[in-house]
Parts: sequence; structure tokens; C-alpha cells
Amino acid sequence: MPEALRADAVTKVYGQGANAVTAVNQVSFSVMPGEFVALVGPSGSGKTTLLAMLAGLLSPTDGEILIGGEPLGEFSEAQRTRFRGRAIGFSFQSNNLVPYLTALENVELMLRLNGRLDRAGRVRSRELLERLGLAERMRAYPGQLSGGQQQRVAIARALIHQPSVVLADEPTASLDTERAYQVVETFAHLIHEQERAGVMVTHDLRMVKYVDRVIQMMDGHLSQIISDRAEIDALAAIQSGPLETSAGATQAQGGDNGNGDGT
Amino acid sequence: MAFYLSFKEIWHSKGRYLLIAMIVALITTLVLFIAALSEGLGSGNREYLEKLNGELVVFQENVDLSIGASRIGRSKLNAIRRVEGVADAGQVANSSVSVVVAGRDPIDVSLFGVEPGRPGEPPAFEGRNLGRARANEVVIDERLVRLTGLAVGDTLTVRSIQGTNEEFYDLAIVGTTDGRAYFIQPGIFVPYLTFEKVKPQGENEQGGNGEYVSNIVAVKLVDPAQIDVMAEQLETLVGGIEAVDRKTAYEAAPGYSAQMSTLSTQRYFTFLIGVLVVGGFFQIQTLQKVAQVGMLKAIGASNRTVALSAIAQIVTLNALGVALGTAGSLALSLTFPPAVPITFTGDAVASAVIALMVIGPLGGLVSVFLLLRVEPLVALGLAQ
Ligand SMILES: Nc1ncnc2c1ncn2[C@@H]1O[C@H](COP(=O)(O)OP(=O)(O)OP(=O)(O)O)[C@@H](O)[C@H]1O
Ligand SMILES: [Mg+2]
Repeated sequence: MPEALRADAVTKVYGQGANAVTAVNQVSFSVMPGEFVALVGPSGSGKTTLLAMLAGLLSPTDGEILIGGEPLGEFSEAQRTRFRGRAIGFSFQSNNLVPYLTALENVELMLRLNGRLDRAGRVRSRELLERLGLAERMRAYPGQLSGGQQQRVAIARALIHQPSVVLADEPTASLDTERAYQVVETFAHLIHEQERAGVMVTHDLRMVKYVDRVIQMMDGHLSQIISDRAEIDALAAIQSGPLETSAGATQAQGGDNGNGDGT
Repeated sequence: MAFYLSFKEIWHSKGRYLLIAMIVALITTLVLFIAALSEGLGSGNREYLEKLNGELVVFQENVDLSIGASRIGRSKLNAIRRVEGVADAGQVANSSVSVVVAGRDPIDVSLFGVEPGRPGEPPAFEGRNLGRARANEVVIDERLVRLTGLAVGDTLTVRSIQGTNEEFYDLAIVGTTDGRAYFIQPGIFVPYLTFEKVKPQGENEQGGNGEYVSNIVAVKLVDPAQIDVMAEQLETLVGGIEAVDRKTAYEAAPGYSAQMSTLSTQRYFTFLIGVLVVGGFFQIQTLQKVAQVGMLKAIGASNRTVALSAIAQIVTLNALGVALGTAGSLALSLTFPPAVPITFTGDAVASAVIALMVIGPLGGLVSVFLLLRVEPLVALGLAQ
């Protein structure tokens, strides 16, 4: 089976000369359709930068990103925008939804953007929201929805146009533990069922129990890929996992987990 | 797509967008009233000369084209008539008197002494033109009809200061003409010999000895295309006179140009305020939704969609405001008494409305530019 997403020796350097920061350094990996991957690592390790490059929002300084075999670097700016709308589904940490569109309209928006909102699309949008437990809230505006409900609408939006790649940036950051588990579980379930290639950036190691593979970043490098089920579960179970051992990561990691526990 | 987004957004924040439309409506009202006032004052000042049935207006030399100061005698008139290329010429004398109407304040009018059947006499649209040169007859401006309700067949009483006394003259209204105001006063027209009798005058002026003197002469040419050549001809052949076209004549009226330029300056400033207010509003709107626009671009909305959506909003709200303001102004103008010098002409309203349609897009230009520059990266909290 061909890989849905591939990063080939990707490097990103911010700034120039003495101010240059290598945010992502020679990172290579690939994600298959139906595979859900977590991108973890301490603050500043380059997760968001890598995700932005995977999405075609940021051009790598070196290396190449391929989606469905197509190198993103060869598109023009406008082509890349169109390609994103068609081939990638997004869920962001904040400002996820369009505030003046209802939950249902936010989901349908992806189909509209691609000029493919037909009867069947409307029906699918509804069904997807129903599956995500939002049957009663379809006509509500984002401002009238709870954080968890908003994230679920964003997940529906990320999947509705049947993209090959789904990217999520900290989908659980604003949720309490219970809801965070729920949201990620549903997300994982839909990614597996619909055979999308999913990549989720997260600070919260407990969430990795729903993914198939954990990619660990450290100072811009890909430090470790954990594919073994038992190892992943162990990582999820021990909140103060292996990351704790690396200097500098302790604070950010502890802080975020503490937040999750407290609510 | 763009229109879908822009109308959904307007609908979601109806109140806020209605507010900006109302501001545009008020600016529209202001602009239209300034235009109407400028039209009203302008036509009130120039109407008589503008509609004069002669191509040239002859003044005395070196009086700065002031009707009040200019004096032209009968002999000069005859000399003008003899110049080749002149079809006809008529003496026109002007002064200010009051019309006394029972039960209300006297109305100031511009009294014109004209030669029946000659240039300078306006056509009567109702009733008939002036008859004999000595008849106690008057043709009145329709503005006066609207102000007083007087009609053909009625008697008009003129009050005139002669010496130290107020004198009253009764004149029979034989006809009415269209708007012929001068000096923002409705015009009334009497034969020139009647004018001599009725006009305000000092103690010693009285008497009609010597030649008849008027203020200006209206000249009708055989070939109206020859205005410039004929003006020069007249000035050299007759001497002591200055011949100009009608436009030059009314633009030289005291205060006319200053008034018009003040009003148009006001109009430009109102436009400028409109551009800045609408521009400021949309700029604040835009700055507030940078994150949201970044997200839209990240999920695949093109620059074209984002910009078009903003432009559609701006144009819609601007048009709504202009429509409300125009309707409001016209409705309001109906409640104004006829004495207020406000005239809404189709042309003036149309050109103001067209100009007003531009203030929104002009003001919104900056915000469209800002929207184009929003990077989709902000959706991830990154920005370069
Ligand atoms: N625009 C930029 N200019 C310069 N350096 C940048 C810029 N954006 C990010 N960086 C740097 O690149 C590195 C990686 O940043 P990135 O945001 O990708 O990390 P992250 O893993 O997402 O961190 P966090 O977990 O805190 O979100 C950091 O050292 C950061 O300071
Ligand atoms: Mg980050």
C-alpha cells in the first residue's frame, strides 16, 4: 500500500546567520492510510513547525514533503491552498471554527470550499455530527458550544471531505481529562474506519493510548519512534514517562499534565 | 463561496453592520443636502441670467460685471442694435422690492424692467407676455406663485422705498414664468417704463428726464456660435461696454463663486469623513479576525475568496447606507417649506449617489489589503 504522507529529511531553519534556529532537523517518517500517529516532545522541540510543513503552510528549508506521492514543494502558492482544501483535514488548538456559521455549516464549509456541497454531502455532514454526539447542537453557533463540542465539530470538519491526511494540533489542550479521552478516542476510531492518515500533535502523553505510533521529537530531531503496542500503553500509563528524563522538558511536560489532572 | 461567507457574517452581526450602514446613511444625507443647498442657492443666484434668451450680456465697462453698478443708456443700446450680427437686444434693469401679501410678511423679490418682446423678457408659460411699455402689468416667477398662491388675474402689490417714503403700486398679474430667481429672490417682470416708476429711488432721481438708463443689455445673435467674435466686435464698435456670455455673467455675481466653492469644499470633506469612517470600521473588523482568516486560509480558502467576501460586505453595506440615506433625504426634503433654497435635481442626486458608492470600497481598500496579507500559519499559532 502506498504511504499517504511522507517527510523526507525535512529541515526548517528560522532566521539567518547568528540568529538561525534549526527548529526541525533532518526528520524523515511516513504515515500509511488508516494509521494514527502522535507527535510528542518537549516545548520548543519543533512539533508545530513540523506539522506546519506537513500541511504545506510552511516551506521546508531542506528536504521534501509528499502527500499521496505528490511533492508539496512543486505546487504554486495558490495550488497549494487548493490542494490543502482537498487533501488535508485540519483541527486546530484554538480559533478552530468560523464563529458566524453553525456547527453544521462549519462542517459543510469544507465541501463548499471544494465546490462539492450536494445533497449527499449535506446528509453525510449531518450523519457525522450525529455520530459525534452533536445531533441536538447542529444549529448552534460555536460560541454556544462547549470546548469539547467545538473540538468534535472540528473533527467532523477535518474528515467530511474525505481527505487523505488529517492533521490535528493539540486537539485536547482546552479539554478536561474525561472529554479529552472521549474526543481522541472518537477521532482515532474515525481515522481507522475511514482509512485516513492521521497526525496529532499533543503534550498529553495519556492520549497516545489511542494511536498506532508515537513519534518523539527532541531539539528538532526525531529522537524515537515507538510502534510497539505495549510500549505505547506503558508510555500512556506512566504520565511522567521517558520524556521526563530529558533536561529542560520537565517543566513544560509537568505543567501540562498537571493542568489535565486538575480539571 | 465568498458571498456565502460575507452574508452569513453580516447576518450573524446584524447590529454592528447595521450601525455602519446607518453612519453611511447619515453621511449620504449630509452630502445630498449640501448638494441640494448648493443647487438651490446656486440656481437662486443665477437662474435669470442662466435662462436668458440672448447669448451675450452687456455690462458697462470697468464695473466688474456687477449688475447693480452697471449703467447702460438708450444710445448705447441703439449702437449695439446696429452692430452687424446682432439679431436683437433688450435693456434690462434690476432692483429689489417687496411684494405685500395680505396676512403674511412681505416677500423680497428681484424686480426686472424689460422691453416687451425683446431679449431679457422671460416667456410666460401661463397667461400672456407683457404688452405695452407703460402697462401696469407683471409676469411673475413660479417660485412666487408657490410662496404666495397668487395666480394670473390677481393683483400684486409692490412696496418700494422712494425718497423717504414707502410707496405701494398695484400691478396686474398677466402671466407666470418658470424659475427666474436672481439674488435668491424670485423674479418679477414689468415693462421698462413701469419699472422707472416702481423702482426704489432717491429723492432727486425721480422724474424720467434725459435718456432711459438700464443696468445691462441682453443681446441675441444671428449666429449663436459666434459668441466670442461678437463680444469682441461689440466692445470695439460700441465702446465703454463689456460683453460676456451668460456663464461669465452669473459667475461674476457678488459672492456666487465664493459660496459655490465653500459648499463644494464641504462636500469633499464629508466624502473624506465617509471614507475614513468606513475604512476605520472595516480595518478594526479585519484586525479582530486575523486568526479566523488565517484558519480559513489554512483549510483551503483562497485569497480571492477572502478578499471578495470582504469587498462584497463593504459594497453591500455601503449601498444599503446610501439607499437608506437617499430615501431619507428625499422624504425629509418634502417637509421643507418652499422658501428654503434646497433643490434636489436628478442629476445632482445621481452624481452624489455615484460618488458615495465609492466611499466604502475606497475606505475598505486597506482592510482588503490587510486580509490578503494574513498568513495561514497563524492558524497554528506560528507566524513569520
Ligand atoms: N517564527 C519563528 N522564528 C524564529 N524561531 C522560531 C519561530 N517559530 C518557532 N521558532 C523556534 O523554533 C523552535 C520550534 O518551535 P515549535 O513551535 O515548532 O515548537 P513546539 O514543539 O511546537 O513547541 P510547543 O510544544 O511549545 O508548542 C523553537 O525553538 C522556537 O523558538
Ligand atoms: Mg507547538
